[in-house]
Amino acid sequence: MKVLIPSALHSYTGGARAEADGATLAEALADLERRYPGIRFRMIDEQNRIRRHIRFFADGTQVFDLGQALDPAGELIIVQALSGG
Amino acid sequence: MAEHTVLLVATRKGAWLFHADPERRHWRVDGPHFLGHSVHHLVLDPRDGRTLLAAARTGHLGPTLFRSTDLGHSWQEAARPPAFAPAPAGQQGRAVDHTFWLTPGHASEPGVWYAGTSPQGLFRSEDGGDTWAPASTINDDPQYRAWMGSAQDGTPDGPKLHSIIVDPRDPAHLYIAMSGGGVHESTDRGHSFRPLVGGMQVVDGFDPTDITFHDPHCLRLCPSNPDRLYQQNHCGIYRIDRPSDTWQRIGRAMPAEVGDIGFPMVVHPHDADCAWVFPMDGTDVWPRTSPGGKPAVYGTRDAGASWQRLNQGLPAEQAWWTVKRQAMTADSHDPLGLYFGTSSGELWISRDEGRQWECLARHLPEIYALETARLPAA
Repeated sequence: MKVLIPSALHSYTGGARAEADGATLAEALADLERRYPGIRFRMIDEQNRIRRHIRFFADGTQVFDLGQALDPAGELIIVQALSGG
Repeated sequence: MAEHTVLLVATRKGAWLFHADPERRHWRVDGPHFLGHSVHHLVLDPRDGRTLLAAARTGHLGPTLFRSTDLGHSWQEAARPPAFAPAPAGQQGRAVDHTFWLTPGHASEPGVWYAGTSPQGLFRSEDGGDTWAPASTINDDPQYRAWMGSAQDGTPDGPKLHSIIVDPRDPAHLYIAMSGGGVHESTDRGHSFRPLVGGMQVVDGFDPTDITFHDPHCLRLCPSNPDRLYQQNHCGIYRIDRPSDTWQRIGRAMPAEVGDIGFPMVVHPHDADCAWVFPMDGTDVWPRTSPGGKPAVYGTRDAGASWQRLNQGLPAEQAWWTVKRQAMTADSHDPLGLYFGTSSGELWISRDEGRQWECLARHLPEIYALETARLPAA
């Protein structure tokens, strides 16, 4: 699937566009980690919780659960939410 | 280049390296590194003189560590930053919000580093800071977890484990401090700890025998006498001379109108009777600014029996700074250089052990931490 990467993570991907494979959000993030080591921990903590200022949208719908199924042909958008000044 | 001092500046918006000429008159500025990252600590490995570790996070992303083996010309992210062990099923586990404190290991253990985190956790690396693992049973021990309290019991940006000190005589002998959660000592490389809070006071009305109420702000060991430690606490300035297990409140000798509340504590590398503090206003609502808007360092040359006000060159009025617990340090020159960084982004230097102060830089972001290092001739 296509993945839109927020600017805060471009240091890992080199740009806003990336690709990831996986049937769920967890699998897609694991694939991103394989391609871009270190990127997952910046978004997901060691207890497998989505970090406070990170949001995931699959085909326009926010995803709250790492086990959520994703459309392999769809688009995953990662958003850096407001975090203060 | 001749041997020179470098000042490592960690701020809320990035890191800088200030390289001094031999007289410490002129400084070459290198930075910003990691612009926009909150850098809580930037430390040079004294064992090799070139490896830097930076504890960083950004507003949006989780915490990480960056490493440089060429004095900051290039950086690599740690392959496995400090992280708590996954919680057993059905239990609420903790996650590292940020690494707050970095301490190189003992001289006999090259590559070993310790990290203290928010919330309170102790982590260890044995490969120069590339991979980290939980270092202590205290991270998950129910008694220690109770003493650590919740996020509501800690400092405004989270409870912290800090002041990790390795005894220069014994790599297995460690001290740590927690805000909140007291001072603790280990004799097994940090695997286990026991409290060391005798004589330390807590806020009026609370029970000093309950470790959770203790809030040490900064703990320092004297390199010239490793049995002596000084401490700036939420409730006073203290000294302990081991093997005694009782802290003495040496801050009682401070002027009453200034008090003995503050964040940082600095010790002389060669004279264990010399130490410095930066008092702040800890009255009523705790403004945490210089008392009366008149900033001053206070120094002792008799192990806390008396204190001298050291404010020559500092603003005489209307300066409402805070100097955080990691933001004051010394170099190794003779006479000793002292440095502090302010919450308003100013860097100050004294080349004569605090007698005269000079502003080294303005307009930096809020300064979180300062460290100095002596770099060998290139």
